Amino acid sequence: MKKRQVVLALGLIFGSGIGCAQAEDLAGSIQIKGSDTMVNLCQAWAEAFMSKHPDVTIAVTGGGSGTGFAALIAGTCDLAASSRKIKPKELTLAQKKGAEPIEEIVALDGLAVVVHPSNPVKQLTLKQLADVFTGRVLNWKELGGQDAGIVLLSREVNSGTHVYFKEHVLDVDASQQEFAPQALLLSSSQAIADEVASNTSAIGYYGMGYLNPKNATVAVAKSEGDPYVLPNEATVQSGEYPISRPLFLYARTEQQGLIKAFLDFAKSPDGEQIVRSTDFVPVVHTNP
Amino acid sequence: MFWRSLKERGIEAAIHVCGVSSIALVALIFVFLLKEGFSLFRSVPLNDFLLGRSWYPISDPPRFGILPLILGSCWVTLGAILLAVPLGLGSALFISEVAQGWAKEALKTGIELLAAIPSVVLGFVGITVLAPIIKHVFHLPTGLTALTGSITLAFMAMPTIVSITEDALAAVPRSYREASFALGATQWQTMHRVLLPAARSGIVAAIMLGIGRVIGETMAVMMVTGNSAVIPNTLLRPVRTLTATIAAEMGETVRGDEHYFALFAIGIVLFVISFVINVAADLFLHQERT
Repeated sequence: MKKRQVVLALGLIFGSGIGCAQAEDLAGSIQIKGSDTMVNLCQAWAEAFMSKHPDVTIAVTGGGSGTGFAALIAGTCDLAASSRKIKPKELTLAQKKGAEPIEEIVALDGLAVVVHPSNPVKQLTLKQLADVFTGRVLNWKELGGQDAGIVLLSREVNSGTHVYFKEHVLDVDASQQEFAPQALLLSSSQAIADEVASNTSAIGYYGMGYLNPKNATVAVAKSEGDPYVLPNEATVQSGEYPISRPLFLYARTEQQGLIKAFLDFAKSPDGEQIVRSTDFVPVVHTNP
Repeated sequence: MFWRSLKERGIEAAIHVCGVSSIALVALIFVFLLKEGFSLFRSVPLNDFLLGRSWYPISDPPRFGILPLILGSCWVTLGAILLAVPLGLGSALFISEVAQGWAKEALKTGIELLAAIPSVVLGFVGITVLAPIIKHVFHLPTGLTALTGSITLAFMAMPTIVSITEDALAAVPRSYREASFALGATQWQTMHRVLLPAARSGIVAAIMLGIGRVIGETMAVMMVTGNSAVIPNTLLRPVRTLTATIAAEMGETVRGDEHYFALFAIGIVLFVISFVINVAADLFLHQERT
């Protein structure tokens, strides 16, 4: 009788233990691909998540938001990191291949416009920015700076940052503006930061995460008369800073299991701490 | 005896397969390139593609004019060849005719080492060392120009030009040199009146292969030329080359998209250019043999 009770108790303990292990311990692998802007962020999330769940492996690769969507459509990644919304064209292609991409806003990012610290031009309106980047304004003199040609620095077309800037700054009056052809297309945000640091007449843009003391940040106003705002956590969350954007993770279909757990983690307070530590801004509504 | 002949035949067959498969692979790649590339011309006329002046692949509607890219590639190649040919011929003449003993060996090894440097490393040196110098020397707004690309690529084309030219010079019969010296010619007269003309076809082939190397180079060029798709009128402006465009944009494209086909069409253009160059080089090499 006693023996049987012990066996039963042991069975209960082990059984519950196994039950717990099944609910707690996630195993498997996730492939995240896409936005270069988000590589550091995703990598930090992945590392924290993997140290919590040792049986999970997460691989993060960059290449640009378009690359991420291409991979998501082709089925070679589980999550696409993107700094822009999925295009209708990509959505139809994805649906053709049997995917139903689910969108999740995981962080916010202010696009900083930067110049060399010695440049006296420290504030611009959106309209002026559009004029500069489309090549209607060619000399710093016209903006109150020294007499020097403006060197435009942009990202390559596979960058979500490029697309966002084109759609939200150049097309500010929905007029299908293009980047001036003489704009230099650099292959990384770091390359822009380096070029701005060494070139007194350059102007460039990148995600806030790349801000550094060797680049001067330009305060941006929506239009003339509005206040000039610098990008920081408060102004980006409140939407006061005019060029800020949501950052997305796209799942291939309705998320479940491991992928859902990872997305939940990204939006948890721990995940938000990681967002802050990689110089992005947490999404407002889940902010404690 | 039976086993031996069987082994012979087996090896023969294996070599045969190797030989045929490389040709088959090239043919398959070419077919694939044509199939994907020509799909573009269903929606974009060939003329607009080759002679169009604006390259805005992701705009709506997109514009796929590759004239600035072709000219960009041409400028960079022209600059690189102008720099690499005199330097390369000079080095080859020095190595094969003047240098003696250890200097000759050291130089040969050095040139081979230059060929072994990965292009991304040269690009890195170009962007950190060369670009600031060019910006400073020519008082330019930016150092990322066609000239920067040309200089970087000249270093990549040089080893090809030097080693093939040197082979061609070494193949000139010793009696030519002796006859020239016997007539009282100096060493320089011998080199430029006798050796260079005698090795002419080999030298032209060397230059052609050098051009092929330059026009197909991607990574270094993408890093140092600034990549702006303007029609360049001087070497001191940023340019965008055909190869850099494919490399920079292929990540963005979705299979079956117009942009994807356009990049393949650029691939065809590059293929045609390097094919012509290779055939020309081959013709010159064969001319030498007959």
